[in-house]
Amino acid sequence: MRSILNLPPHATPAQRAWHVGLWAITVLVLGFLVLPILVIVPLSFSSGSFLNFPLPGLSLRWYQELLESERWLSSLRNSVVVACAATLLATVLGTLAALGLQRASFPGRSLLLALVISPMVVPLVIVAVGVYFFYAPLGLTGSLVGLTLAHTALAVPFVVITVSATLQGFDANLSRAAASLGADPATSFFRITLPIILPGVVSGALFAFVTSFDEVVVALFLTGPQERTLPRQMFDGIRENISPVIAAAATLLIVLSVLLMTVMEALRRRGERLRGIR
Amino acid sequence: MPGSASERPVNLKAQLRRTERRRKLEAAALVAPLFVFLAVFFLAPIGLMLVRSVDNSELPSVMPDTAAALRAWDGAGLPPEEAFAAFARELAAGQRDRSLSGVAKRLTYEIPNMRSVLFATARGLPDTPDGTWRQTLTARNPAWGEPETWAVMRRAAAPVTPYYLLAAVDREIDASGSVVRVSADRAIYVDIFARTFWIAAVVTAWCLALGYPLAYKLASLPPRVSNLLMILVLLPFWTSILVRTGAWVVLLQREGPINEALQWIGLIGEPIQLVYNRVGVYVAMVHILLPFMVLPLYSVMRGISPVYVRAATSLGATPFTAFRRVYLPQTVPGVGAGCLLVFILGVGYYITPALVGGAGDQMVSYFVAFFTNQTINWGMAAALGSVLLMATLLLYWVYARLVGVDRMRMG
Repeated sequence: MRSILNLPPHATPAQRAWHVGLWAITVLVLGFLVLPILVIVPLSFSSGSFLNFPLPGLSLRWYQELLESERWLSSLRNSVVVACAATLLATVLGTLAALGLQRASFPGRSLLLALVISPMVVPLVIVAVGVYFFYAPLGLTGSLVGLTLAHTALAVPFVVITVSATLQGFDANLSRAAASLGADPATSFFRITLPIILPGVVSGALFAFVTSFDEVVVALFLTGPQERTLPRQMFDGIRENISPVIAAAATLLIVLSVLLMTVMEALRRRGERLRGIR
Repeated sequence: MPGSASERPVNLKAQLRRTERRRKLEAAALVAPLFVFLAVFFLAPIGLMLVRSVDNSELPSVMPDTAAALRAWDGAGLPPEEAFAAFARELAAGQRDRSLSGVAKRLTYEIPNMRSVLFATARGLPDTPDGTWRQTLTARNPAWGEPETWAVMRRAAAPVTPYYLLAAVDREIDASGSVVRVSADRAIYVDIFARTFWIAAVVTAWCLALGYPLAYKLASLPPRVSNLLMILVLLPFWTSILVRTGAWVVLLQREGPINEALQWIGLIGEPIQLVYNRVGVYVAMVHILLPFMVLPLYSVMRGISPVYVRAATSLGATPFTAFRRVYLPQTVPGVGAGCLLVFILGVGYYITPALVGGAGDQMVSYFVAFFTNQTINWGMAAALGSVLLMATLLLYWVYARLVGVDRMRMG
């Protein structure tokens, strides 16, 4: 106990109370953050049709229902297709822009940066309504292409931010060395710059993927029954009648987020290690 | 050519300038694709929404001659006979090709029964007037003899209108042309904006109250432990918002674990309503936005050297004084960044209140969606959206000035 509290032996009672209290608050807040997410997992294995404890028994019937439902499968397919396409576009556009923004200061740079970041702060409903009006005459509503383009704009800030952060630790002398040894800019980028900033690019891409995969507001406006995405399917499920199928879908999404988080953590560690030996 | 620089030293400057210019061009070329993409697929749609909030083309597009005649009229009393004649002709034509409903819809925003007036007048309208067109129309419906009706018609004839934007802040233009408050029974939007800002403010306050001690504790732990605990902050951050909102619906429902637990402890006798009301909105929104508070706070607190607090205590300050006068001021940038971020994101929320809130907990975003999808009043949707956008951009500007947009960081 003493080692966790990390208190000197001469600590006053008030100091002890303060340390214990702070730990209690920390544990409570962390519990508040994590427990609601974990509570949904056991419910998805319930053999009953209601979402409450105690569970009447364990079964995989809701997973079976989920994986046999054409509605859920097609929405999953749509989400994966849109998220992959949006990730690819956002990563390429965002990485190029981050490289450009880092290079030399040019007039309007901070304004440009504010523009690039703005999709993150503009309320999603505004983006959704604007895109809806804009796409309708172009025939892009009710199409996965339209949704991909909108998601790309929403995902781009995350790529620019993470890649820019990685570029700040990048030693420009390495590119200069490559150039002095006769490498053209493209060779120097693919052989020197890209391998070093790759963790940042990959984290940016993961952020972009999650942004698109989780986005529901624009999807509500742009998609019909044919282009229904996974979050949209979840939204309808939660609103209409929340059943253990939703809990099963949620559990699979939680597994996905744990996986993504593990990859991010590994990338962060790798980044720190690389910076450590530099 | 190592010798050329020393022979013509003036050229060095020009060369440097040229290199500098090339670097700038390169940078611009790298940023250009994204800029063009965002201009087309992000800025243009939002610009179009802003235009929609003042767009008034319903009447002019169906009744161009009436609109021209009304625009030429000075607005006093009743319009001249040629306006009545043009209106009668275009009314009959609109009835024939069924284009009248757009005009009817636009006029009912200002005079609720205009739809029936318009269609009753148009039905079986003769080709030639019985006397003047003014007499004919007024005989068919007395509304056409009222200056008030024609004042609304004249406003509907202008290509742009401040009507929706004014309505979004509960204002309108009265008969004399001045901006006044709308009657109390129609004034709802200022309340909705106030409610939106209030909910966002309460959520921000709760996030700060919960996030500050958490970030403080995490920042004071050795990196190995804090990295481990940080995973518990990042897990919800990475988990789908719909998963988290759905989890709260399950937890807070009448037969849910929280009600059961409270009954088991004996705190309550009957299950209490925790979801589909304001409590549900606050709890779910605080849960979703808390990581956005903890992360900037944590990164600022990690950078604060413990030396200053130690120095303060060694000079005789009590731990509380040392915290208040030495530590707290150093965390202000993190507090500002976290609060602004949470507030900006909170103001625009739609999904969570829609799923866990009741009718009285919906925020501006909900009404934007409502007017777009349900009542198809796009002018009103765009106007509410424009006001919300202005508020957000103002906050974003403050954020950029105080924190800097490049300091915005995730994870």
